Amino acid sequence: MTGSLLDLKNIHVSYGHAEVLHGISLSMEPGSIVTVIGANGAGKTTLLNAAMGVVPSTGTILYDGKPVPRSVEARVAAGMCLVPEKRELFGSMSVEDNIELGGFLRTAAERNETRGELYDRFPRLAERRKQLAGTLSGGERQMLALARALMSRPRLLLLDEPSLGLAPKIVADILRIVAELRTTGVSVLLVEQNARAALEIADFGYLVELGEVKRTGPAGELAVDPALMESYLGVG
Amino acid sequence: MDATIATFLIQDGLTNGAIYALLGLAIVLVFAVTRVIFIPQGEFVAYGALTLAILDTGQVPATPKLLLCFGAVAFLLDLWSWRRSFAMRDLVKNIALNLGLPLAIYGAVLYLAPLQLPSFIRALIAVSIIAPMGLYVYRIAYRPLADASVLVLLITSVGVHLAMLGLGLIFFGPEGLRAAPLHDGSFTLGPLLVTAQSVLIYLMTILIMVGLYFFFEKTLLGKALRATAVNRLGAQLVGVRTQLTGSTAFVLAATIAAISGVLLGPITTIYYDTGFLIGLKGFVAAILGGMGSFPITAIAAIGVGMVESFASFFASNYKEIIVFGLIVPVLIWLSLGANHHEED
Ligand SMILES: Nc1ncnc2c1ncn2[C@@H]1O[C@H](COP(=O)(O)OP(=O)(O)OP(=O)(O)O)[C@@H](O)[C@H]1O
Ligand SMILES: [Mg+2]
Repeated sequence: MTGSLLDLKNIHVSYGHAEVLHGISLSMEPGSIVTVIGANGAGKTTLLNAAMGVVPSTGTILYDGKPVPRSVEARVAAGMCLVPEKRELFGSMSVEDNIELGGFLRTAAERNETRGELYDRFPRLAERRKQLAGTLSGGERQMLALARALMSRPRLLLLDEPSLGLAPKIVADILRIVAELRTTGVSVLLVEQNARAALEIADFGYLVELGEVKRTGPAGELAVDPALMESYLGVG
Repeated sequence: MDATIATFLIQDGLTNGAIYALLGLAIVLVFAVTRVIFIPQGEFVAYGALTLAILDTGQVPATPKLLLCFGAVAFLLDLWSWRRSFAMRDLVKNIALNLGLPLAIYGAVLYLAPLQLPSFIRALIAVSIIAPMGLYVYRIAYRPLADASVLVLLITSVGVHLAMLGLGLIFFGPEGLRAAPLHDGSFTLGPLLVTAQSVLIYLMTILIMVGLYFFFEKTLLGKALRATAVNRLGAQLVGVRTQLTGSTAFVLAATIAAISGVLLGPITTIYYDTGFLIGLKGFVAAILGGMGSFPITAIAAIGVGMVESFASFFASNYKEIIVFGLIVPVLIWLSLGANHHEED
């Protein structure tokens, strides 16, 4: 497939002797939202971390048709950005500083512009810009993690459970923001517990089970699949 | 002991304490950003002081040559690390940084050394010879170990310390040297005779602290260093390169150490191995500050200077033991506290 933004081929990842990803392949088009769903411990987080270079992996990763750079930092410079499951915020620094650092590789002018947009989008963060990131509430922390990632103006955003522990209304807000990102040309690889909501905004879905891809298909098809419905989407 | 002696001891303690504060800050800085315990700091102090002392005589010190060697080794290591992927742009940058910079400094020193320049300029030259060494030492010894454990980094530090100590002996010889004061004057303040050199030390210390404060609070690079200290993975995820923060921390620390050297050179005779003990006292201050707090480290350093100064009066044989003994209760205190904030 030519023209893919991200192409993972036969990715294996092991922690010590235990292999947790057994040859996963995944491909996404520019401007699309792709979601990876699966049970706890299936290897979704590991897959995103491998794509970002946070954990070592074997296999081929093509970004923009070329082998992806080796270090995490170089991948960020190439336009990839991960919001990790644990967020990894700078707890003893202010919200403002966290956001500022998100744009570390950007020029001051770009940072100013993006910061303005982000404060409009997350007024909550603007109110709390002097507060230390470590003292934010869980939901505010998620917003900050997303905002910090957006400061880098990524082309490909890797989101690991952006709605983790959030109230349903905020989940909807966050997913709406993710869906909006597509209109600004950002592609999103989304891992979500909330599979139904994820499939609603995604173009394409992958079902991962025990470190292997079990099913793939357009999000619309997966969302109405009766077998899937039962095990992952919950009844109703 | 009468009031005159007491005020003299206080002044002495304050002067040394100011230097220890600078060194303690550098140690905390390097440790927070790179997890390296910067044992070779003392060698940078000695190199700075000895370089200045030789510049005072109008001769060319050996340190620029040493800088050339360090740069060349760093360059070769970079070449080796590119054996798989090679980029022309990187090569040009590297030649400029690893070969061009030391050559330029070497040339400048060859030209400037015999000119009998004012003492401040000589001090500036000495600092600009030593400061870039921090960059190369980081590149050669520590950068390849960026992901190693604190213990491995500590062992590396001991190795670097011994190597630089040996190089110091080769290049400066075993005799001690004393630099000329940067400023000769002195004045009396009540019962006190205050030398211009000690005023200079206070001023420089305050200036560097204020400078560090602005760097860490106001500049993006400074914030990136703090971010690396707070959360290494988080810093990588926003694109802050470990190499960038590591070399910045080392250049800052080497600069601070070299400045301490040129401030100290005129008030004590410095041997090639004097730096270690001085650096250790900065280290004591850093430990008293829990290896993490700049303000506590600075205050503790003044305390260390005071304790040392009074100990040298009352029990001069035990002066070092008393100073280094200061860390024992703190270590016990810290180890008691360690169990409580494990999860985070
Ligand atoms: N650092 C690690 N060391 C050892 N095993 C690990 C490590 N990280 C993850 N694992 C294991 O790898 C497997 C996949 O973990 P991963 O975090 O990728 O799952 P996940 O799909 O993201 O799950 P969840 O939905 O609960 O977040 C799990 O069995 C987990 O126990
Ligand atoms: Mg996970």
